[in-house]
Amino acid sequence: MARRSQHRSRLASIAVQAGFGLALLILWYLATNRWGVNRLLLPNPVAVWEQLLDVLRSGEFWPDLRVTLSELAAAFALATTSGMLVGYFVSRSRYAIRVFDPLFAGIYSIPIILFLPLYVLFFGLGPSSKIALGATISFFPVVLSTIAGFGNVDRVLVTAARSMGASDYHLFRYVLVPAALPVILSGLRMGFTVALLSIIGSETIASLAGLGHHIVQLAEGMDMARMFAYIAFVVVIAALLNGVVSFLERRGRRWA
Amino acid sequence: MSPPPHQFLLRHPGVARLGVVILILIGWEFAARFVIDPLFIAPPSRVLGALGTVWNTAGVPAALRLTFFELAVAFAIAVVAGLVVGFAVGLQPFARRSVMPIILLLYGLPQITILPIFILYFGIGAPSKIAFGVTHGTFPIIIAIVAGVQNLKPILLTSARSMGANRWQILRWVIFPHMIPSFFAGMRLGMSGVLLGVLLAELYVSTAGIGHFTTLFTESFDPTKLFGLIGILAAMAIILNEMVRRAETRFSRWR
Repeated sequence: MARRSQHRSRLASIAVQAGFGLALLILWYLATNRWGVNRLLLPNPVAVWEQLLDVLRSGEFWPDLRVTLSELAAAFALATTSGMLVGYFVSRSRYAIRVFDPLFAGIYSIPIILFLPLYVLFFGLGPSSKIALGATISFFPVVLSTIAGFGNVDRVLVTAARSMGASDYHLFRYVLVPAALPVILSGLRMGFTVALLSIIGSETIASLAGLGHHIVQLAEGMDMARMFAYIAFVVVIAALLNGVVSFLERRGRRWA
Repeated sequence: MSPPPHQFLLRHPGVARLGVVILILIGWEFAARFVIDPLFIAPPSRVLGALGTVWNTAGVPAALRLTFFELAVAFAIAVVAGLVVGFAVGLQPFARRSVMPIILLLYGLPQITILPIFILYFGIGAPSKIAFGVTHGTFPIIIAIVAGVQNLKPILLTSARSMGANRWQILRWVIFPHMIPSFFAGMRLGMSGVLLGVLLAELYVSTAGIGHFTTLFTESFDPTKLFGLIGILAAMAIILNEMVRRAETRFSRWR
């Protein structure tokens, strides 16, 4: 009985969600086709759909996608190696944690995107300023989570392993890493997300190529239907990337 | 007898932290003076000296005021909207189950991709910055409020009701005090969201706000002023964040 009503309420909430999406689409359609909302403000959903198909079919997104993804890969690689190295060495001493942890946390609370003009001045408009900014922004969640992960390993585990004669390597591989990994992995996932956002963001603000750049170009050309289609494309790409990273995070947790 | 200096440092990590910051500043000063082309980087001593000229540049105080105004308005709207939606969604189990996934989905979207649409709808002036700040700030507040409502112990509500409390009394004496920690946690997250949204929109396009001047100083290769202006903004961001954080620790202490 209880299960039945639970089942029914789950169906109802799914219906609400589907209804919300459908109502949005219908309103969008009516607004553009019946109520005469300006095409420059809101393009017709059918036109957007056609443009989306055209973007996918023509493959014109490849150069921009390649630029953005390579920037993301470089930035994330820099941030993870430096963040995990610095985090590990800081976490080796209680004192270093107390000195550096508040420092990193303090800097992380500033919206680092503020420094974008400095990065553009220093590294130019090309990919290197995006890589540098993305690496800076995603360094902080990585380093903070690495410090938290390695710094909070239960002392009893370390002492027990030592008294059973574990070498430095064994201690690291079988005690420290498995204990710290879940925390570090969630830091890596956060670092990846903020790197992606800051790279698309800095491409939007000042750049020569990339997905964010392309959206701005379409906006400036007032090509609204295509811009909406491109935004949808970028949103799906971002969702896919985040999905892959969350999946890897779950796999990594199981491995430890 | 005073303890040897290294013991003093060991007991006061804050002093050592200050030392690290000073070391970084010295390294930066050295690099900027002797290694790197002065067109691209300015030494901290000169930036500090130039703060006055940045302040006296025509339009900069007004731009900072405008940006502060945008932040304040966006934050106020985000808090009100976040509270209303958060309570409306959180207090109803069915609304929570059905609407919350939609909110989480929207929150997960990379909002930066729709920044050009905001500019198109709200223009290049202050309204687009405020709107972008609001959309960045509202979602974390909604989520914090809903989480807070969800963590209310049902027994508190039941016992209050069985002692004859009416709706308003329950809201005032049970729900409200228990919501304070999550409310302030939401405010803190909302503040960083608002800062991010407003600054992103400012940097993207601006006619009178600070974004106008960062572009101006970048294009005229004036790193001293650029560093100075960004330093002022970073200080503003730190102060705003710190105010919300202080409020959070202060008002959450009653537990």
